[in-house]
Amino acid sequence: MYFLVTEALPTFTGFDAMGEHHSGVSFIDFIFGDRWMPVSENPRWGILPLIMGSVWVTLISSAIAIPLGIMTAVYLAEIAPPKVREIVKPMVELLASLPSVVIGFFGLAVVAPIMLEIFNIRFGVNMLNASIMLAFMAVPTITSIAEDAIHSVPDELKEGSLALGATHFETIRRVILPASLSGLSTAVILGMSRSIGETMVVLMVAGGAPRIPQTIFDPVRPMPASIAAEMGETSFGLEMHYFALFAIAMVLFLITFMFNLLADHIAHKYKQVGSATL
Amino acid sequence: MSETVSEVAQMQRNGDEGRLARRRITQHFWFNLFRFAVLINGLALFIIVGYMVYYGLPAISWDFLTGMPTEGGLAGGIFPCIVGTFYLSIGSMALALPLGVAAAIYLHEYAKPGLAMRLIRLAINNLAGVPSVVFGLFGMAFFVAARDLGGLGLGVSIAAGAMTLAVLILPVIIGTSEEALRSVPDTFREASLGLGATKWQTIFKVVLPAALPGVLTGSILSISRAAGETAAIMFTAAASYNPRLPASIFNEVMALPYQIYSLSVSSTDPEATLPLQYGTSLVLITLVLGMNLVAIVLRSKLRKRLVR
Repeated sequence: MYFLVTEALPTFTGFDAMGEHHSGVSFIDFIFGDRWMPVSENPRWGILPLIMGSVWVTLISSAIAIPLGIMTAVYLAEIAPPKVREIVKPMVELLASLPSVVIGFFGLAVVAPIMLEIFNIRFGVNMLNASIMLAFMAVPTITSIAEDAIHSVPDELKEGSLALGATHFETIRRVILPASLSGLSTAVILGMSRSIGETMVVLMVAGGAPRIPQTIFDPVRPMPASIAAEMGETSFGLEMHYFALFAIAMVLFLITFMFNLLADHIAHKYKQVGSATL
Repeated sequence: MSETVSEVAQMQRNGDEGRLARRRITQHFWFNLFRFAVLINGLALFIIVGYMVYYGLPAISWDFLTGMPTEGGLAGGIFPCIVGTFYLSIGSMALALPLGVAAAIYLHEYAKPGLAMRLIRLAINNLAGVPSVVFGLFGMAFFVAARDLGGLGLGVSIAAGAMTLAVLILPVIIGTSEEALRSVPDTFREASLGLGATKWQTIFKVVLPAALPGVLTGSILSISRAAGETAAIMFTAAASYNPRLPASIFNEVMALPYQIYSLSVSSTDPEATLPLQYGTSLVLITLVLGMNLVAIVLRSKLRKRLVR
């Protein structure tokens, strides 16, 4: 954290550790500037396009991953017979353990050509492709935390509802899901935090254009992709570009930090102690 | 009004049954939707692994696994990548395991709950959520950078990469080790203390052996995470082409995940090296999924033992 800040600071002050002067940029211009042109003659350091890339990719992937993850969790915790459970649970864990670079490669080599074919678009590597790949990385996170949350709902609540004549589905919808809402939100937040920080997938399949996207088929360049792609081209600790990439990392860190704090806060505040707390 | 009381009751019952049937259908619909969601997950895993096996298997041969890369990494074998990944994951494990287990022992056996503990836990949880590319930058600025720029001056090397990966997997190891310690029943500790053992003897001779399988499971999962990690080693350890085995831990190495990345995005005809990419991916996922399967089996055995 200390390193992140010290390496990022010159972006805004304009001075590096050696006291050399660079053209700094104000924090506001950095966050809200809509041009990211680090290597042009007249460089511009606005990361709004990168932030929007991250935000959109995360939102679309969440739209896929949240329903999928929570439905899988409900199935595992409530419906699946023990035998099926013993197969499906490891399967979800294996999905979680797939290296991100392999998923990125899959998106690049398999999904991109298929997308070109089906949608008749210019770029196979685009926002939608990256979002779908990210979704499958977030699903296992969401599923395993959500399943724990559903499991921790006291049996009395469930039995009470069933005894009043509700069907199993009505019990799930009106009793179990509301009772485990805090755990479910934690699951969703951590899943999104994983999507926003994931690097390899967005580096390989998001398309890499630092522009604010107009449609879901536009190529984008989320923050992690920018850092990973451009760090190799900068000279160490000596130029503005290097410091700016550290500043992006700092922004990224702060975003995931806030997500995690929020998840922690929810988990603590609405901790399910027993049936008496409801 | 010619309906009798019993007729009204009958109608009501019919209505109830109709409503019940509708509720059953709703339940049926939703439950099938849930099953469908699971099916999609299963299909995703199956399709990804299937593609890698189908296209990767033809590329794999003895020469591919044990040969040196040629033509700038565009042909030949991937032996240095396998060796590099091995060094990096074992190295990071050797650094992170003692540290992580020690931290877990402190957190679970010694620490008193309070604000400080809450903050430390929060820090560990947050460390687990930090994007891997941020770890990569940290490793670059701290381990790789020259001394006069504020780093340790290790250069792009196995040592720097292993240290970066160690920081990355540390929270995972602390988490799983603590979980394992928690699953050791307090009666074990009480019995040992009751026999006159000191707290340290109790932890070392009673609690740790009982928690060992759990710690082992966590270690396997962490190794597999380290083996598959790309963003963290991009700037700290990985070379895209280096057809020699590393001579010391201060050399840069090729690694499986970075190899996949650099081949698939290389500007010089990525199509031509597709078999190579599939083959490398297959080796990597075999490694990673294999380790995870071992961990899963180990854990389910462990659970059965605990139930008994």
